[in-house]
Amino acid sequence: MLTTVVEKLKAQFPNSILGVREFRGETTVHVKKEDILNVCAFLRNDEAGLFNYCSDICGADAYTPENRFEIIYNLYSLSYKHRIRLKVFVDEADLHCPSVISVWPGANWPERETYDMFGIIFDGHDDLRRMYMPEEFEYFPLRKDFPMMGVPDSIPLPRK
Amino acid sequence: MGLEHALGDTALTTTIDSAINWCRKNSLWPMPLGISCCGIEMMAFAMPRFDVARFGAEVFRFSPRQADLLIVAGTTTYKMATVVRKIYDQMPDPKWVIAMGACTSSGGMYRTYSVVQGIDQFLPVDIYVAGCPPRPDNLLHALLMIQEKIQRGESRSTPMTVAAERQEQQLLQIQGINNN
Repeated sequence: MLTTVVEKLKAQFPNSILGVREFRGETTVHVKKEDILNVCAFLRNDEAGLFNYCSDICGADAYTPENRFEIIYNLYSLSYKHRIRLKVFVDEADLHCPSVISVWPGANWPERETYDMFGIIFDGHDDLRRMYMPEEFEYFPLRKDFPMMGVPDSIPLPRK
Repeated sequence: MGLEHALGDTALTTTIDSAINWCRKNSLWPMPLGISCCGIEMMAFAMPRFDVARFGAEVFRFSPRQADLLIVAGTTTYKMATVVRKIYDQMPDPKWVIAMGACTSSGGMYRTYSVVQGIDQFLPVDIYVAGCPPRPDNLLHALLMIQEKIQRGESRSTPMTVAAERQEQQLLQIQGINNN
């Protein structure tokens, strides 16, 4: 079932699929950043795919000079009970990425979490506030260059 | 009490103090602040098997304005710290604080950017309870220690303005000594 989805995806978007990896029965598709919204809409509505449930969106920091960040979309089809994983590279110089909340409204909070932890800005997101950290916090904690114990005095404590 | 000002430390006032402290220690009203897994053990501490009612502290109040013992039971994050402090500030004097469990006392296993490494950074703590989470017996022991403290007439909850004034005076004294 999943091979037909990937084949259809390749036929539909020949220029935006950068690579397909298969590992232990899990399919990962690398997608061009600019086309992620179209790819997601296609996977959501396609007869063979029908990925109607966006189970998680998260980020990763490879700490490389190019393509430093990765956004990972884990999709699931409630009808066919199959999964697919999409990956998008985000460069440090341009932290913008199209938001997919128009495809899955449930992507709202996962995208906010990715913004909170990695500082990736989702264009088109209607409520891009921090998820866990205080609103006035200036850093992005899951980046590799953030110290584990935090920046001293970056979050104010009440007066003793 | 006010009587001390009129009578000084006479046998009458010290006996009254002792009697009042005895009443206080046997009718503590805890404010349960179960903010993570320690909260479950704190519930067991109130339930019949361990039965905190034996020590007169069974009236758990969910309003800080009616409580005089704050049990902070759980991981305190930086975001939660202001809330904990606000609850503490709303409690009437005299008041006591138990830091229950490793996270509350020292950050515990959460040695990370989001967790306060010990609530004594922003609260005066009377008793620390070890354990992750501590057994209810352990918390009962802390309660008994608080009772001893109350009987001795001790509390760390000196109003902040008074404490600040005292500190300032001490500083001035030290500076005066240095200048001379």
